[in-house]
Amino acid sequence: MTEPEPIAPTPTPLLERHEALGAKIVEYAGWLMPIQYAGILEEHRAVRSAAGLFDLSHMGELVVEGPEAGAALAGALVTDPPSLAVGRAHYSMICAPDGGILDDLIVYRLADNRFMVVANASNAKVVSDALAERLVGFKAVLDDRSLATGLVAVQGPRSLEILGPLTDLDLEAIRYYGVAEGDVVGVHAQVARTGYTGEDGFELFVDAKSAGEVWDRVLEAGRPHGMVPVGLGARDTLRLEAGMPLYGNELDRRTNPYQAGLGRVVKLGKAGDFVGRTALEKVAKDGVDRRLVGLALRERGIARHGYPVLDRAGPTGVVTSGTMSPTLGEAIAMAYVAPAHAEPGTMLAVEIRGAPVAAEVVPLPFYTRPT
Amino acid sequence: MVPAELRYTKDHEWIRVEGDEAVVGITQYAADQLGDIVFVELPDAGRSLDQHATFGVVESVKAVSDLFAPVAGEVTETNGDLAGTPEVVNTDPYGAGWMLRVRLTDRAQVEGLLDASAYEQLTAGG
Repeated sequence: MTEPEPIAPTPTPLLERHEALGAKIVEYAGWLMPIQYAGILEEHRAVRSAAGLFDLSHMGELVVEGPEAGAALAGALVTDPPSLAVGRAHYSMICAPDGGILDDLIVYRLADNRFMVVANASNAKVVSDALAERLVGFKAVLDDRSLATGLVAVQGPRSLEILGPLTDLDLEAIRYYGVAEGDVVGVHAQVARTGYTGEDGFELFVDAKSAGEVWDRVLEAGRPHGMVPVGLGARDTLRLEAGMPLYGNELDRRTNPYQAGLGRVVKLGKAGDFVGRTALEKVAKDGVDRRLVGLALRERGIARHGYPVLDRAGPTGVVTSGTMSPTLGEAIAMAYVAPAHAEPGTMLAVEIRGAPVAAEVVPLPFYTRPT
Repeated sequence: MVPAELRYTKDHEWIRVEGDEAVVGITQYAADQLGDIVFVELPDAGRSLDQHATFGVVESVKAVSDLFAPVAGEVTETNGDLAGTPEVVNTDPYGAGWMLRVRLTDRAQVEGLLDASAYEQLTAGG
């Protein structure tokens, strides 16, 4: 038996609300999601200056539970989830045996024997299948909660003051990459201080059936603070300014964590084997053949995904993401280049419509929030 | 509503004839579809354009779109203000967001373009 391919995209549980708010809806990773409401620039600026509300219900939530859940995940991922305290999270990746990245993830330790792995929507099935396979032989079970879970994110400097009055949790006690269980607008939620924008903020994992109630009440409370709903378009420009990789752009099956500048995520020092260890140890020892860098364009033009990067001799790499940075007012990009060109200050060029446009290698991230 | 006095292309450019010259831009519909416009690239004055030739590029935050010449002609002037304020293409596409001024090669080409009602039909429901 072959598995039938999904025919129609899955509507987010909040689809009607997005339509009522005037959102432009697109199909993304098998889901119908809002790409923008008032406009990407306005939404982007609201998140940097006040707050934005995001529907991320398309993300994959995979709960791994059992007395050997931590050990199973340590063998399945490049990080060491048993080292997490309950109520803490870390950024992780799941790799293939050859070290190629299957997905980048956040792993939350919800209880001693219960972890939640959050995967990109586009890879949720790949990750779910790989985890199921890698859990075999461990006292741990996988529960794919992706369809049953709604995810609403509040991001921006005013997130705390907007969300604080709506919950019984002490939000200030939840540190960055912390997670706590409590009620938000009377709805049971996992409240995580994580995000993908470079701002302070919280992600609210709730039952999909309650997501609408949470969305409505948080937006109503946030409006007077300048909060607006934010679509996937601004989510992309926000994460790019923050130097965060996007699977499918900076990360893919043919890229290993070291090439992406994420070698620190790989815990080669942890006990026991894990999928990809042998290949990744070799990369760590031998070095990489290309490296992810930030580029700032020094002439007029916008570098886009797929554009060639040139040095004096010719092609040296490729742009993975690029946009006009709404916050910085200049064209920024991430690109893979030869390791010899990865040093900030190196002058390269991006080929835009056949012509070289000067670009300087700059440190990532492009944007760091004021403290 | 699109301005009645202009002519239009299926690629969402507009053209306004002024003597033996014409002014070219993109329509409000096109600007709305693109979203926030952050970059406009236009040709140098003096360049000759064939009808339907690519004459430049407009980029929104997310997308890159080619611009097509509605008619043949020689570029006599471009809107240099768009380099610094590309967003006026969103806010005033038929006015301050104009892009090119061309000397017409063949006025009859203008007559072959869509009129306002035909263009409105094209974009209705879109």
